[in-house]
Amino acid sequence: MSTPSEPPKRSTLLPTRTPAGDRALHAASLAAVALVTISLFAIVGKVLWEGVPVLSVEFLTEAPSSDLLGGGILPSIYGTVLLTLLMTVCGVPVGIATGIYLAEYASHRSRTASLVRAAVQNLAGVPSIVFGLFGLGFFVMMVGRGLDDALYPGEGPVWGQPAVIWSALTLAVLTLPVVIVTTEEALRQVPTELRAAALGLGATRFQTTFKIVLPNAAPGILTGVILAVSRGAGEVAPIIFTGAANFLPYLPTDARDMFMHLGYHVFALSTQSPNVDSARPFLFATVTVLLALTFGLNLTAIVLRNRARRRHTP
Amino acid sequence: MEAEAELAKGETRAARPSFTPAPARKPLGQGFKTPLSHRLAEWAIRVVAFAAILAIVLIFVVIAREALPLFFDAEAQDEIGGLDALLFARVWPGYDEASHIWQPVGEIPKLNVIPLLTGTLKVTVLAMLGSTPISFLAAIYVSQYAGHRVREVLKPAIELLASVPSVVLGFFALVVLASAVQSLFGTTYRLNAFVAALGLSLAIIPLVFTIAEDALRAVPRELSSAALALGARKHQVILRVILPAALPGLAAATILGLGRAIGETMIVLMASGNAAVVDLFDPTSSARTITATLAAELGEVTPGDPHWRVLFLLGTVLFAFTFVLNRVGAGIIDRLGRRLRAEAR
Repeated sequence: MSTPSEPPKRSTLLPTRTPAGDRALHAASLAAVALVTISLFAIVGKVLWEGVPVLSVEFLTEAPSSDLLGGGILPSIYGTVLLTLLMTVCGVPVGIATGIYLAEYASHRSRTASLVRAAVQNLAGVPSIVFGLFGLGFFVMMVGRGLDDALYPGEGPVWGQPAVIWSALTLAVLTLPVVIVTTEEALRQVPTELRAAALGLGATRFQTTFKIVLPNAAPGILTGVILAVSRGAGEVAPIIFTGAANFLPYLPTDARDMFMHLGYHVFALSTQSPNVDSARPFLFATVTVLLALTFGLNLTAIVLRNRARRRHTP
Repeated sequence: MEAEAELAKGETRAARPSFTPAPARKPLGQGFKTPLSHRLAEWAIRVVAFAAILAIVLIFVVIAREALPLFFDAEAQDEIGGLDALLFARVWPGYDEASHIWQPVGEIPKLNVIPLLTGTLKVTVLAMLGSTPISFLAAIYVSQYAGHRVREVLKPAIELLASVPSVVLGFFALVVLASAVQSLFGTTYRLNAFVAALGLSLAIIPLVFTIAEDALRAVPRELSSAALALGARKHQVILRVILPAALPGLAAATILGLGRAIGETMIVLMASGNAAVVDLFDPTSSARTITATLAAELGEVTPGDPHWRVLFLLGTVLFAFTFVLNRVGAGIIDRLGRRLRAEAR
């Protein structure tokens, strides 16, 4: 702001160093922001540039050829949607209930509540590959094999093998923190007056929570669910051992089937394909679909959240 | 919450015998009982809330349980050449000198984890060196220089970068960055630790940025106003007042970023080259991280194998390490939040 041409009077009043430092910090920090935004645009731009021309109705609605170098990606889209649906059904109710407990039922000094919060924080930081180990060791090998021993003794594995339900359950645990944190935040944004009014009119605490507070927090909670779905749709490491398939000639219709997955498809095709160059257009197109899915979900979440916040700030 | 406390107080006051000695009138609220179904539902919520605790405990127990027999099962130990073969160099048959080798498949499985540890360390340190300064500078810009409008665009944009699935970042590093780096620097191997670190930085920057920006913005305005009033320049205020005040938050950002960097799987799996070499100081050589090893090998091992157990041991170590990092980072942020709330009162 201040240039050397400023009247000397002021510079004697303010015996500070040359503002070059100020300009340098401003420029450096601006450069960092520019670098980050340019990286984002570079990734998105490059993917769309190479991916969009390959997109076609056939690509989105056909099964791939067995060498994965022709045809479409319908099974991967279907598998991803099926997986995230199952994940949402299994995980979101638990997440919302925990959020309700933290925001509405636990007192400020509750030891249990702070223990739950600590667990949520830690769960959010567990590496995704560790969830993969957990899913394989717990869901597939303990729960699945346990079911087999109990229901089908002496037969081959029915539940005790990688399947879409185990992947979905693993991802449900992985996305739990997202749902819990956003639900709690959304509930806390509901004005206390509403609760007081409901309680004052004779509603029970349960009625207040479910008929007054929860509907008012719905947009915020929905944001959390969408963010969780977006996160779950993009994770690959947890599903490598718990259910994702390289190639599947049919669409899974049973919870015990394996499934194809957009992200896993990208990983497998780009690292294990003997002919990466001919796979390249398909890869970019698949990444385009995956990015469109996650970005679409995230943008929806951002818009919803902003709207929810505006609603509660008078 | 406070109003609820008020309400509760009101109830107890009503329940207390009042100054009028006539007890004939029923105190308010005594004629009503919460229906059983409501109480049951509330108890269900309280029980379900333990799911997160259960999950974190279960993860640890399940993973550690698969690794544990390694320490008690003499046969498994024999197969991998004794427990010390996990860490210390050994003269393997066919080799002239003692060396650290990770080569799980073969007649003699060589399961020395040193190459994996150095690989993880190399990629992580490179990524942190690149991403923390950029994240902090970006956080300074957004919190101190940018106007309201600009911030409203920049923050969601960087959040959007955080939402890019790591397999997409890995793919980008593998297909685009690797070629760019090779043509720029003429590296011998197309996929190497440097490329992986670049891809990894893209994943860490949004995380570190978000926490750092929160920390910088949480510095009370009085501090910077006072410094400005005393005649300090803006950059002096930022560097000498705001940054020191936000230091714990910035430390937390770095720690949580580190946890993410160590645990990230798909990017390093796709872009690091995955050769298990012990070479800590050459960024252009390949690296095999713990996470990439787990992702690449666990699918092909027979459950119960010594190799299987060693992989779960690596998983346990990874879990424990990130657990500690997250505890420390989250602890710092919690303490800061409490201090700020206390000051606000």
